[in-house]
Amino acid sequence: MSALVGTSKAHSAGRPIATSQIFFAMLRRDMRVARRELPFFLLRTTMQPLMLMVVFGYLLPKLGMMQGNYTTTLLPGVLALSIALSAVQSIALPMVAQFGFSREIEDRLLAPIPVRLVAAELVVAATLQGILAGLVVLPAGRLIMGPIPGLELANIFQVLAVTTIGAAAFSALGLFLGCAIQPQQIGLLFSTIVGPMIFFGCTYYPWAALSKVPVLKYAVLVNPLVYVAEGLRGALTPGVPHMDPLVVTGALVVLLAVFWTMGLRGFMRRAIG
Amino acid sequence: MIETRALGKVYLGSGFARRRTPSGGVALPAGASPQWMSAAGAPRVSGPGAMAQTGGRMSPPRGMDIAALVALDLNIKEGEFFGLLGPNGAGKTTTIGILTTRVRATSGDAWVAGCHVSDNDVELRRRIGVVPQRPNPDRGLNVLENLVFHGAYFGLSTSEATRRAMDLLGKFDIADRVASSVDALSGGQQQRLMIARALLHEPQVLFLDEPTVGLDPQARLALWTILRQLHADGRTIVMTTHYMHEADELCDRLAIIDRGQLLACDTPEKLRAQAPGTTVVEIEVEGDAAAAAARCGAVPGVSSATVSGNSVRALSDRGGEAVPALIRAIEGAGARVTNMNLSSPSLETLFVSLTGRRLD
Repeated sequence: MSALVGTSKAHSAGRPIATSQIFFAMLRRDMRVARRELPFFLLRTTMQPLMLMVVFGYLLPKLGMMQGNYTTTLLPGVLALSIALSAVQSIALPMVAQFGFSREIEDRLLAPIPVRLVAAELVVAATLQGILAGLVVLPAGRLIMGPIPGLELANIFQVLAVTTIGAAAFSALGLFLGCAIQPQQIGLLFSTIVGPMIFFGCTYYPWAALSKVPVLKYAVLVNPLVYVAEGLRGALTPGVPHMDPLVVTGALVVLLAVFWTMGLRGFMRRAIG
Repeated sequence: MIETRALGKVYLGSGFARRRTPSGGVALPAGASPQWMSAAGAPRVSGPGAMAQTGGRMSPPRGMDIAALVALDLNIKEGEFFGLLGPNGAGKTTTIGILTTRVRATSGDAWVAGCHVSDNDVELRRRIGVVPQRPNPDRGLNVLENLVFHGAYFGLSTSEATRRAMDLLGKFDIADRVASSVDALSGGQQQRLMIARALLHEPQVLFLDEPTVGLDPQARLALWTILRQLHADGRTIVMTTHYMHEADELCDRLAIIDRGQLLACDTPEKLRAQAPGTTVVEIEVEGDAAAAAARCGAVPGVSSATVSGNSVRALSDRGGEAVPALIRAIEGAGARVTNMNLSSPSLETLFVSLTGRRLD
């Protein structure tokens, strides 16, 4: 029988491997898996926003139970929601499974690359999936709800900027949650974190309208979804009252930094015993 | 190729007890061996008393610090097939974890293939291949993709990784499953896929953590054949196991560890020679076994003779030399020998003498 693999002398010739090359190989892996699961990914991340738009943006206005121009407020909120949900889920659910029972992340943790870059790659992949969900939901919303009064696509750069930073912040949050949650607690993720975040995330109402309930107006500022929704409002439907884009950007950058720090700490703790 | 110096690992507990436990504190199971406590650099005993007994297994109560490894010194040469033998919880997996950069040591140093485990971990990972205790293939990818992406993580081009992958899959007899989902593979096939993956980037050292646990006898033998071939090719292999027979069959040298400490380290032959006593001579008799045993106990070179059912079990310090005298002793007691069996000193008997307990 011939040698199974080379000979002892031939092992691992000292050719250096570029870290970026490994990083992109991992990104390619995530994109391959995402592409394979695309139908499920779209169902998982866009079903809820689409149903919201059908009921609040089409059905209720049609029944005369809601003003027609409510869709102007709703669209950026629902868009923000789908970006946030898909970014969080794209990373938190696999992390819970891969650290919890399947252990399939170990192959990547044993790659010759600093372990923190494995975490960074996961955040980048989830960010891309968040952006993808936004790209699907925006035209779908227009189709479901009909013409949306005051919708402007002129600030497309601003839309992309808020979408990208927002998706990154939620991916980093997903990394933290995915490393902190045990598999048996996965239901809690939705009932205690995602649920309240959706309802108090200024998805269905602009932040300025909360002036009537001042306590809530300031309490919701801890919710990262508020900034994505308000940022998209400022960019897509500037006619609706919205937060200053600079405040939105600043808050999202700070949240991204905080979530990344927390997420990385959690990841390192799970990755290296 | 691999060197460890006074390697130690303490898993810190959490909560109340952790705050009360001075750093480096270590909790001991009730009745821990004196070796455990007197080891060089062994941490002080602290923490709340004995370990909890749950379902027949020792497990630490919450908040207690556990020393998984105490001052381990190993030196493994290039091309060696080295075995880490010990019962569950001995510290084998922790040792492999530290050597493969997945676990941080709390004291001591270790080098693998010229790289320090914490100072040069990225380069170290490039030089090793790891087969985990439980197969952990990437379930989002099919069989071939598992290998090709692994190759990409080690800087191989897709064409080169595919060529090597097909080669390995052929040699490991899973070439017909190239496009299968990994979930469709049997346990043995998954384990072979894990070995193929660990070898794809041609590592200098291959680590296997209990690779045959959960495999049927046929799959286990197939795996042994693969491991022997890899060893013959000159690869350095480090394997943990709690199967005596497996360690004896495959390894050039063995380290017996228990409760985080190295108890013995040598070739299987030399370790067997250290086993206390004794060849076990089991003699089935017809007649008064008790009287026969009493006479057997007086035979020169026999350290003890006991009765079990209708047979006499004698421990001979002189191997089979004592047999004629034993037969004469039994016949002298008016009994007759109907069957006889000799078993030579084994790793099992050595292990029992070192630790006071059996392996599994």
